[in-house]
Amino acid sequence: MTQVFSPSADTWLRLLAGLGAVAVAGVLLVAGGIVRSDYVTGVGVVPRQPVPFSHEHHVGGLGIDCRYCHTSVEVAANAGFPPTHTCMSCHSQIWTGAPMLAPVRESLATDTALRWERVARVPDFVYFDHHVHIAKGVGCVTCHGRVDKMPLLARAEPFQMQWCLDCHRDPAPNLRPSEEVFDMAWSPQGDREALAERLMSENHVQTAHLTDCYTCHR
Amino acid sequence: MRTAFVVLGAALAVAACDQRMINQPKDKPYGTSQLFPDNRVAQAPPQGTVARDQVFWSWQTSQRPAMTEALLARGRERYDAFCSPCHARTGDGDGMIVQRGMPRPPSFYSERLREAPDRHILQVITEGYGAMYSYASRVPPDDRWAIAAYIRALQFSRNAHVADLSDEVRQQLQENTR
Repeated sequence: MTQVFSPSADTWLRLLAGLGAVAVAGVLLVAGGIVRSDYVTGVGVVPRQPVPFSHEHHVGGLGIDCRYCHTSVEVAANAGFPPTHTCMSCHSQIWTGAPMLAPVRESLATDTALRWERVARVPDFVYFDHHVHIAKGVGCVTCHGRVDKMPLLARAEPFQMQWCLDCHRDPAPNLRPSEEVFDMAWSPQGDREALAERLMSENHVQTAHLTDCYTCHR
Repeated sequence: MRTAFVVLGAALAVAACDQRMINQPKDKPYGTSQLFPDNRVAQAPPQGTVARDQVFWSWQTSQRPAMTEALLARGRERYDAFCSPCHARTGDGDGMIVQRGMPRPPSFYSERLREAPDRHILQVITEGYGAMYSYASRVPPDDRWAIAAYIRALQFSRNAHVADLSDEVRQQLQENTR
């Protein structure tokens, strides 16, 4: 009876099995890398806006408070896009002829809204609420990044569920005293852990249901 | 039969590729909608309608709240956010936006504004004045009163005499300014 397998069959089998394992691991690694990449999450992408509005100039340069334009951030789910009226509070007097601001003037004249492209957005099945995050002491910078250093606004964080959960599982390190929530440059002084612990109780942060599905999904 | 299985298999394989859950066919406040002629979801209230809390707001606008430390603290916070770009944190009227070309508002320490009634400050915030736009949509009535109270405190701060303070407060002041 002749042999079914050649003398080298075992080597080939081991080689192919090994290569197969490497290939599977490689595909998983690459796939994992892609879904976390800026290409998929949109971090750092600057969408084309109707007016090249600079947060760097208005927040960093002029020192205008976030709430001057995003007025409903402390009381509603939506932070609030400023109506054209807000832009014109200053630009009815300053840079009145600037070609860059022509769409703003046209928006006021014709009573049509400027159509800004959203930079920070979550999927439609996520029900994010700004006001509770502000009330509990999560700073604007924590999710939106240093907008005072962005000439054109780009997404600063991935806005993926894993990223949300990182904080929902352990919110303490991301809390600030309430008067520092809108401060772009704030950084904790002194004992960070003691501050985190104090803010958890002062701001009444309850962690029991923070990772329940219905906290963010309906 | 085999073709049916292949088609079914292929359909199942790509079933999860749909993004319908992420972009649901629903109207969100700042989105667009075919429902209304101007394509906006956020609609202005129809002419002649009265918002449910409008009566309360009008009432609130007419009632000056008691001067408390909490009211002043709130007023200071709101003043710094909404007024200081032009009026400056000091109230002198040379804020950052004025330095960039906005017409200079009068100083709060002028004779006219020191003698103006509280109601005047409230009215200016609500309706605007000169180059200043209305802040009615940005500053709700209770915050207008808080800002008015803080402006009163600012005005008082430059016209008060140290001798008028109680001993306790004077001592505190001296310790803080040392």
